[in-house]
Amino acid sequence: MNINWFKYSSPQTFYPLAGKMIPWFAWLAAILAIAGLYISFAIAPTDFQQGEAYRIIFVHVPAAWMSMVIYIVMACWAGIGLALNARLSAMMAQALAPTGAVFTLIALVTGSLWGKPMWGTWWVWDARLTSELILLFLYLGFIALQASIDDPRKADRAGALLALVGAVNVPIIYFSVKWWSTLHQGSSINMGAAPKMAATMLLGMLIMALAFWMYTIAVALMRVRCIMLERERSADWVKELSLKSASRGKA
Amino acid sequence: MNAWLTVLKRDLLLAFRRRSDVATTLFFFLIVSSLFPLGIGPEPAVLSSIAPGVLWVAALLAGMISLTRLFAADFADGSLEQMLLAPQSLALLVTAKTLAHWLVCGLPVVLLAPLIGLQYALPNNALLVLVFSLLLGTPALSLIGAIGAALTLGVRGSGLLVALLVLPLYIPVLIFGAGAVAASQHGMSAQAHLSLLAACSLLALVLAPLATAAALRISVE
Repeated sequence: MNINWFKYSSPQTFYPLAGKMIPWFAWLAAILAIAGLYISFAIAPTDFQQGEAYRIIFVHVPAAWMSMVIYIVMACWAGIGLALNARLSAMMAQALAPTGAVFTLIALVTGSLWGKPMWGTWWVWDARLTSELILLFLYLGFIALQASIDDPRKADRAGALLALVGAVNVPIIYFSVKWWSTLHQGSSINMGAAPKMAATMLLGMLIMALAFWMYTIAVALMRVRCIMLERERSADWVKELSLKSASRGKA
Repeated sequence: MNAWLTVLKRDLLLAFRRRSDVATTLFFFLIVSSLFPLGIGPEPAVLSSIAPGVLWVAALLAGMISLTRLFAADFADGSLEQMLLAPQSLALLVTAKTLAHWLVCGLPVVLLAPLIGLQYALPNNALLVLVFSLLLGTPALSLIGAIGAALTLGVRGSGLLVALLVLPLYIPVLIFGAGAVAASQHGMSAQAHLSLLAACSLLALVLAPLATAAALRISVE
C-alpha cells in the first residue's frame, strides 16, 4: 500500500480538511470545558489552606501549560517549515502565535489574581512569573517581526528562525523554578512523585487542559484557513472556491 | 582565517574612521547611568544597592542601540552580498564582524564601567567583579544581538523591532551579570554567577553565528 504522506501538506487539500475538522475540535472543547468547569467548581473539595480561592488553579495551570506547549509546537512547525521549505508549516506557526500569546496573558492575569489573596500582592518578581512574562515578550516579538516584513515567504523564514532561537528559552523557563528558588511554590504536579492534591482536583485540571488543547487546535485551524485564503488569493482553487460561494449566495 | 582577519581589520578601520559612532555608544552609557541618581536621589546606600542592575541595564542598552549599524552599511553598499557569496563560511565572517562590534561598542563600556561604579559608591571588590562580569557577559550580548540585527535587516522600523526581539533574549545575561556584582556586594562569592555568565557567552559563541548567518541569508535574497 502506498500512502502519500504529503497529501495534506498543500493548502489546496488541507483547506477542506481543516474545515471538516474544526467543528469536531470546537465541540470537544466546549464539552470538555463544561465538564471540567463542573468538576472544578461543583465537585472538587475546598482546599483546607487556601479556601475557595484556589479554584483559579483550574484555569491558571492549564493556561500556563498551554502557553509553553504552544511555543514548542510553534517552534516545531517553524523548524519543519524552514527545513523542508513547506508553506503550510510556516502558516501553522503563524496561526498558533496569537493563541499562545493569549494563553500566556491569561496565565499571567489569573496568576496575579491568585497571588493577591494568597501572597498578599498582585505581582512578585519571582522566577516563574518573570519567565512567563518573557515568554509573552517572545510571542510578541515573533508576531511583530512577521507583521513588519511584507514578503510573506521572507516573513515566514525570519519568524521561524526567531522561534527556534526563542525555543532555547523555553527549557530555561521550565527549569527556572529549580534555578532561582523564590516565593513561588514548586510545580503542583511532579512526574514520578505522587501528586499532593486530591484526585478530583487533578481530574478537573487535566480535563480543563484537554479542553484548552481542543480549543487551541480549533482556533489555529480557523486562523490557518484565513491565512491560506489570503496568501493564495491568486491561486485557482481559491478563485473556484469564491465563485462557488458566490453562486451559492445568489441561489 | 585570512578572510576572518581581513574582515575584522576592515570593520575596525571603518569604525576608527567614524569615531563619532563609537563615542555615541559611550556617551549613551554615560548619560543613562547618570540619569538614575538624578531621578532617585544621591544617597550612597541606595545608589550602591541599585548600581549592579542599573549599570548592567545601561551597558545592555548601549550595546543594543549600536546593533542596527552592525550590518546596515554593508547591506546598503552591497559588500554583505559579497560576503554571502564568499567561499569562506559565513558564520566565521559573522564572528569577525561581531568581534569588531564588541571591540568598538562593548569593550569601551567595560572599561568605563568602574568609573561610573565609583560614582555609585560601589566598594572596590564589587568594582572588580563588575568589570569581570561585563567582560564575560558583553560578548554574549553582541553575539545574540547580531541575530536580531540580521533578522531586521532592511525591515521598516528596524531600530525598535531589534529591541523587541533581542532584549528578552538578553535577560539571562542580565540576571547573572547583575547577580554577580550583587553577590560580591553582600560578601558572597560571585563565582557561580560568573561561571554561568561565561557559559552563556560560550554557548552564544557556538550557536549565535550560525543563526546569524542563516538570518542574513533570509534577509538578503
